[in-house]
Amino acid sequence: MSTTTTKAPAAFASSRLRPERPAWDEEPGRMAKTVKVVVLAAVVLAVLGPLYTIVLTSISSQATITRAGGLVLIPGEITLAAYEQILSGGVVTRAVLVSVGVTATGTLLSMVVSVLCAYGLSRPGSFAHTPILFTLLITMFFSAGIIPAYLLVSSLGLINTYWALILPSCISVFNIIILRGFFMGIDRGILDSARIDGASEWRTLTEIVLPMSKAVTAVIALFYGVGYWNAFFNAVLYINDSAMNPLQVVLRSYVLQGVSVPGQIDVGDGAAASPALQMAVIVLAMVPILLVYPFVQKHFTKGVMIGAVKG
Amino acid sequence: MTTGTESRAAAPAPTEPGAGTSSLRAAPATRPTSKRPQVPAGGPGGSNLRPRANLRVRFNRDRSLVFMALPAVILLGVFAYLPMLGNVVAFQDYSPFVGIPDSPWVGMENFSRVIADPAFWLAVKNTLVITAFQLVFFFPIPIALAMLLNSLVNPRLRSAIQAIVYLPHFFSWVLVVSVFQQIFGGAGLLNQSLRANGWQAVDVMTNPDTFLFLITSQAIWKDAGWGIIVFLAALSAIDPAQYEAAAVDGAGRWKRMWHVTLPGLRSVIVLLLILRLGDSLTVGFEQLILQRDAVGADASEVLDTFVYYTGVQNGDWSYGAAAGLIKGLVSLALILAANKVAHIFGESGVYSK
Repeated sequence: MSTTTTKAPAAFASSRLRPERPAWDEEPGRMAKTVKVVVLAAVVLAVLGPLYTIVLTSISSQATITRAGGLVLIPGEITLAAYEQILSGGVVTRAVLVSVGVTATGTLLSMVVSVLCAYGLSRPGSFAHTPILFTLLITMFFSAGIIPAYLLVSSLGLINTYWALILPSCISVFNIIILRGFFMGIDRGILDSARIDGASEWRTLTEIVLPMSKAVTAVIALFYGVGYWNAFFNAVLYINDSAMNPLQVVLRSYVLQGVSVPGQIDVGDGAAASPALQMAVIVLAMVPILLVYPFVQKHFTKGVMIGAVKG
Repeated sequence: MTTGTESRAAAPAPTEPGAGTSSLRAAPATRPTSKRPQVPAGGPGGSNLRPRANLRVRFNRDRSLVFMALPAVILLGVFAYLPMLGNVVAFQDYSPFVGIPDSPWVGMENFSRVIADPAFWLAVKNTLVITAFQLVFFFPIPIALAMLLNSLVNPRLRSAIQAIVYLPHFFSWVLVVSVFQQIFGGAGLLNQSLRANGWQAVDVMTNPDTFLFLITSQAIWKDAGWGIIVFLAALSAIDPAQYEAAAVDGAGRWKRMWHVTLPGLRSVIVLLLILRLGDSLTVGFEQLILQRDAVGADASEVLDTFVYYTGVQNGDWSYGAAAGLIKGLVSLALILAANKVAHIFGESGVYSK
């Protein structure tokens, strides 16, 4: 793994990334290079190391785990028994389904509402543009607090419903501002020609603006999806029925509180879960993020920077 | 500001000329905003020559746009603005069985109880200590990391490392604390190897004395990588000619960093610093609630957890709401003040248009 000396492949020659060291820039000394490599390797290891041992332990057999004395660093006997056990019905399986359902429904709803709102606000000077924008922005500076939020959700009768996990966190003003920033940047000539051709605003949005905004919508959908998937406190606050708990809450009781989850079939002697089972629950909580992440990751800079610049 | 830290391949293919990255920088105020050419509407820049069309004409013209924004406004009205009104319980002796309309009014009594409560001031102290500590030990890390990554010449290696360090940002707090538990907990990897080598196990996860270090390292693990994204963009916006000129004038690597790189990052650093200061009273709520049982309230109680435990857990709704309202109002004042300071420093601040 060379860090600083490799000449970039020709494909990058036209890229705006500096493909090779410019003439005025001196080669760093051996010492500086070593420090760089060590620091970067440490950073990468700090992120990937824990994930490696957790995934490995989740697929290791009981014998391998006992031999390692806990977490497994060197692959031994591989088995998917832990996953079979937690996914064959019971608390974890149900929690996965709840989380998937809430995440899918929530993300869809959030995206529809946010894209519509962002497009509706993408033309400064339109009717009620400024009042609506201010209505949104004020909520970024003052939030009512936990207690009134709880009282509201409870008076709406949403306690112990999945809507309590979706509606209160349905829109993020920050995400709407990012989308709006992108929509405002779209060349107006294109929108004008659509209008001259007789397209309504709805049609302009769905057939012209959205197809041009795939990258930014993908990033925002990821932000929303990750938000729903990771939401933990809303469920603690609004859900009392343990059968309705999402995966994050189950993960906490299972891994952090050492609770043997009731209803879990056949967890050893009924005491704390064996390491492989715990790790398997941790991995389940990561998997959706790891699956979607690679496809969206490359658009981050664009998505986030538009928000930061246009804010 | 450019978005130049990613390769060409990462950019969405523009379907029309001018639809790509370059047009993102077009100032919104310069865009004509009328639906029909004969009805110009005033943008923020106010460069329209004809007077504003009357409201009715403008409403008819922009009806669809208003309807599009409506669902979000309704949701915010219900879930953000109604709870603001719900803060009236802070002035009541609220009981869930009686409801807001019938609960007795007690004026400022809840507030004076909060102010006189040592537990509240402990929460304030912990909050501010955590904020200050993280400002010193967390805040500079993304800057240093961004400069280090920016110095890598190989773009592929650079984007690979970026992809890796962004990842933990997308993990939940439950997951991050679980990962730390597995590595540093009583039965975790660290203690497992310490014991295997005959050393004494160390108590990391439940030790109140080192809790500040623990939560700061968790925050760094989760978010320091994500933090570099803004700095990388700022770095790529620095004109390479400046470096070249400095190098020609005999400035070495460190001098260039001091006189070119850091001034180039100045506005971003000031902006983020001010944002963080304005947000002083908010420190990782989920992160702390998850570990409160393990280390105890003395080390981990912050304002948000105080509100939750007194209000929701102990059922003292009005008291919790009063503490929450104090926090919300002070936060609002801090954000506004921080933005003022940003303007004084000549930076654009948070909500300039």
